[in-house]
Amino acid sequence: MSTLYALAYLLAAVLFILGLKQLSSPRTARNGNYTAAAGMIIALAATVPRLHFTGAGAIIVLIGVIVGGAVGTIGARQVKMTAIPQMVALFNGAGGGAAALVAVSELLKFGSHPPINEALPSVFSIVIGSVSFAGSLVAFAKLQELMTGTPITYPGQQLVNGLIAAAIIGFVIAVLAIASIPFSFLSLMVLALILGVAFVLPIGGADMPVVISLLNAFTGLAVAATGFTLNNFALIVAGTLVGASGSLLTKLMSDAMGRSLGNVLFGAFGQVRTGAGAAVAGKQGRTVRTASIEDLATLLAYSRRVIVVPGYGLAVAQAQHAVRELADLLEKKGVEVNYAIHPVAGRMPGHMNVLLAEANVPYEQLKEMDEINDEFKDADVVLVVGANDVVNPAARTSPGSPIYGMPILNADQAKNIVFLKRSMRPGFAGIDNDLLYDPKTIMLFGDAKDSLTKLVTAVKAA
Amino acid sequence: MTNELLNELTFFVLAVFVGIEVISKVPTMLHTPLMSGTNAIHGIILVGALLIAAGASSPVTVILGFMAVVLATTNVVGGFVVTDRMLEMFKGRQAAAKTPEAAKTR
Repeated sequence: MSTLYALAYLLAAVLFILGLKQLSSPRTARNGNYTAAAGMIIALAATVPRLHFTGAGAIIVLIGVIVGGAVGTIGARQVKMTAIPQMVALFNGAGGGAAALVAVSELLKFGSHPPINEALPSVFSIVIGSVSFAGSLVAFAKLQELMTGTPITYPGQQLVNGLIAAAIIGFVIAVLAIASIPFSFLSLMVLALILGVAFVLPIGGADMPVVISLLNAFTGLAVAATGFTLNNFALIVAGTLVGASGSLLTKLMSDAMGRSLGNVLFGAFGQVRTGAGAAVAGKQGRTVRTASIEDLATLLAYSRRVIVVPGYGLAVAQAQHAVRELADLLEKKGVEVNYAIHPVAGRMPGHMNVLLAEANVPYEQLKEMDEINDEFKDADVVLVVGANDVVNPAARTSPGSPIYGMPILNADQAKNIVFLKRSMRPGFAGIDNDLLYDPKTIMLFGDAKDSLTKLVTAVKAA
Repeated sequence: MTNELLNELTFFVLAVFVGIEVISKVPTMLHTPLMSGTNAIHGIILVGALLIAAGASSPVTVILGFMAVVLATTNVVGGFVVTDRMLEMFKGRQAAAKTPEAAKTR
């Protein structure tokens, strides 16, 4: 009987692996999530008979599960599609915090002299879990725009961060060697929380997806480390799976942005000033072209090829249905319409695919960047809906720019470029876009959904 | 080194390779759902949180245990639900994916 739970953990681990496999393919992704959830239920069910409740323990477990379940369900159900990235950050932070707390509380059992094979993984879990918790909260605040999305830097920042890290390492050694420092684990936690905040502050809002993915991998590793402390197979295997796949995913994400991970994490240092300077210079004394809705409708209706470039503005305005309506209308008039999906359009890779799929945009019209980049030169109109950085030529031409080197959509090669934009405000990366001032470009200011609806009406009349 | 620790290290190392191998071919559009799905899986920390919270007796362990259970449950439940919400959106495109064949023969 005593081995039954271990078999259940093994089954859970198998289901997690199968779930991850299914999650990596569009056809099976949704089932993959169910498979992983089934594994989770089995692991939890197998754990229940192993619990030896104290009176207080029973109460806190019951209330804790109800509160956590309610927060999780309501949070995940109520969140708007546009805010999902920051929601994932919050859930990830919760996991990291839990891992650190479990490790602290397990260590307390051993009093002031925990054996090294318990203390080492626990200390690792406390540090990494706390960094993930605090870092995720900052990522949340940046994406939710509770604080500025631009990198926060100050002179000597790297030195300060280095000192915090050094203090943590010193403290870890002291804890492991001397072990009887009062409140040592809690102090370690506080230091690691500070490091988590300091680590994410200098990273720009546009890079948050990569950061969240990295912190997700961190949490996985913290969970695995806690598994070593508790001698729990399920925690070790599941945590390590997430740590490993999360690390690879982080690399794939930064690759998709054409950047190295190091550049994403530490690129803000020294680059911000040139970027900001360029933006100021760009704003001075240049004019943009605007046109009436009717003119634009005519331009669109009499084109042969139109490419839509969706961005975060489309998500904010919930304009996915409106853009499909316009595309359908144009197709009826014999215009070929395609969508160019930049790997990091929106705030998360895949964000645009999800939104446009919701509006039933036909699968074959969604083109990835490599697939469509050669077709821009043959396009009559590129309709940029709430995107900016992903078509900014500064990525090709301006070595000082924070997005320099990022592969972009070749929207500038089209015969006409129409920007649907709320204002001249720069994109999420905070840099000015020369394409807005291009003589081929026409600006249509306003909410993306409004503008699209007006265009639909006007195209019908055209 | 005890046998148990050796076993655990073996699981750990093998899981690293499996974790990398299993997602190596993920397309860009699934990056976000996959991240969210792995996020839900590390909610397995709830197992650990339950184990320590159930046996809590001193005020400190009660507080730590309670916070750990709340956070871990939030991670598990929220993680799976939000991933499902993302993937729900892909439902439409599978139906749409069948139409291109029809369109080609037109």
